[in-house]
Amino acid sequence: MNNLEALYRQVIMDHYKNPRNKGLVNDEKYKTVHIKNPSCGDDITIQSLIDNGSIKDVRHEGTGCSICCSSASVLSETLIGKTVVEANQITQTYLNMLSNKEYDEEVELEDAIAYQGVRKFPARVKCASISWKAFEETLKEE
Amino acid sequence: MDVKMIKKDFPVLNDNSLVYLDTAASSLKPIQVANKVNEYYLESGVNVHRGVYNLSYKTTELYENSRQIIADFIGAKFEEVIFTRGASASLNLVASSYGMDNIVEGDEIIVSELEHHSSVLPWMNVAKKKKAKLVYVPLTSEGRITVENFKKVITKKTKVVALNYVSNVMGYIAPVKEIIKIAHDFGAVVSVDAAQAVPHKAVDVKELDCDFLSFSAHKMCGPSGIGILYGKLDLLNNMEPIEFGGDMNDNVDLFEVSYKDSPYRFETGTPPIAQVIGFGEAVKYLENIGLDNILEHEFMLKEYVVNKMKQIKGITIYNESSDTGIIAFNIDGVHPHDAVTYFDGDNISMRAGHHCAQLIIKWLKVPATLRASFYLYNTIEDCDKFIESVKKARDFFTEVGF
Ligand SMILES: Cc1ncc(COP(=O)(O)O)c(C=O)c1O
Repeated sequence: MNNLEALYRQVIMDHYKNPRNKGLVNDEKYKTVHIKNPSCGDDITIQSLIDNGSIKDVRHEGTGCSICCSSASVLSETLIGKTVVEANQITQTYLNMLSNKEYDEEVELEDAIAYQGVRKFPARVKCASISWKAFEETLKEE
Repeated sequence: MDVKMIKKDFPVLNDNSLVYLDTAASSLKPIQVANKVNEYYLESGVNVHRGVYNLSYKTTELYENSRQIIADFIGAKFEEVIFTRGASASLNLVASSYGMDNIVEGDEIIVSELEHHSSVLPWMNVAKKKKAKLVYVPLTSEGRITVENFKKVITKKTKVVALNYVSNVMGYIAPVKEIIKIAHDFGAVVSVDAAQAVPHKAVDVKELDCDFLSFSAHKMCGPSGIGILYGKLDLLNNMEPIEFGGDMNDNVDLFEVSYKDSPYRFETGTPPIAQVIGFGEAVKYLENIGLDNILEHEFMLKEYVVNKMKQIKGITIYNESSDTGIIAFNIDGVHPHDAVTYFDGDNISMRAGHHCAQLIIKWLKVPATLRASFYLYNTIEDCDKFIESVKKARDFFTEVGF
């Protein structure tokens, strides 16, 4: 039998059905990063407004599976209000957690911790990572 | 056709719980092919065409014998069978050589939205570079290419027709024989993407009268990294090579070179020797079973599954009338990538995505689809497990709130 319950946690489904901070804005102050996974069709855009060393706003838009779309919503909710340093730490921790690398369990991942179960589904790690990779790109330019 | 016996030839299926429904991506490999490949590595390992010693001579014989087996298999002449990396490389060779040298501004190239990217993109490139026009055959409401619709787009300006024989998403068999005849009446050359055809049905290039035909070994029980371009000999011998180097030339001077005739003018460098030898064995394997039997079997499984799936609520099938073993479908409201993880949990291997065919996925107006494809080693039990899993998956996703 399947142990898919570990993957489709309630938090994840909630963000999938009721995404927060969805929809892009037409504002040059936002940094926009677009990532596409051509093999499965996931297509995500993350917009971030960074001001004075902190994340003022994150917007997202795209198409993809539930894991991919929900994680964009979770990302936005988790990172808005964080400093760039904190956001970077959370992003790295999250990505390390997903790819089964060592990660600092002390870092508070908030709702993003719900994606811990994705590790058991290696073929889906990409889905849960794509938004966060896009955000990581934003920070690289900072 | 004794599927129980056939299954035994595929060592990966010793795991009885595995239901493999992704043959349209790559077929599994029988032990006979694996052994033949191994035989080359263990008992030879030397180059072909180059050595004057006995072992190289013997290996070259084995290698070229594969070419003859494949030529006989599709009704071609030995010289008309070119080894490539696979169907994609074959389709590109036609576009890069024949296309680049013959297409001029204003010419028209007929393709379809039912093409694999490897069939349409090489011609999109030629069209852009040569300022020629890509023309799409209108598809029927089912998504089929028909002779009637083909007649609507063929004109005196058509120089090349590049169409698939069997669609890798919809499983439809296109009426290529009739299309080829009409195209020839208009003076156009036809390149057939037969990557999903040759593994599943008897194909005779002389009967079709196609100018070019491409396919891959890995979808027909053979090794990966090897495929075929068939071309009519008079066309091939008048085409420029697209790769230059060892083995493809006759005489080399400081500023001039003459090329060998087909097939060697298109085969520079050391070829994938083990793969070629394994490919010959794969063809023998399929011929033994009989291509007509294979098509009949996979079509029977497809009909069985479609009839059962139609009774399940919340499932959309996009190609009920598929002519082969391919079913494209979705669980309503569930992204195929989510669904495929459920099937994987039941040890059912299936493809989700756009199958390197974004044009037909866009035509269907869906983000992506699931695809189940059946082949000679699939059984009715596989079908039953699959149908059971479809039902459970639909229930699961409803339950978690999709
Ligand atoms: C219809 C069709 N054409 C072309 C190809 C390309 O084949 P290959 O990937 O072996 O080059 C495929 C398979 O992926 C296919 O299904």
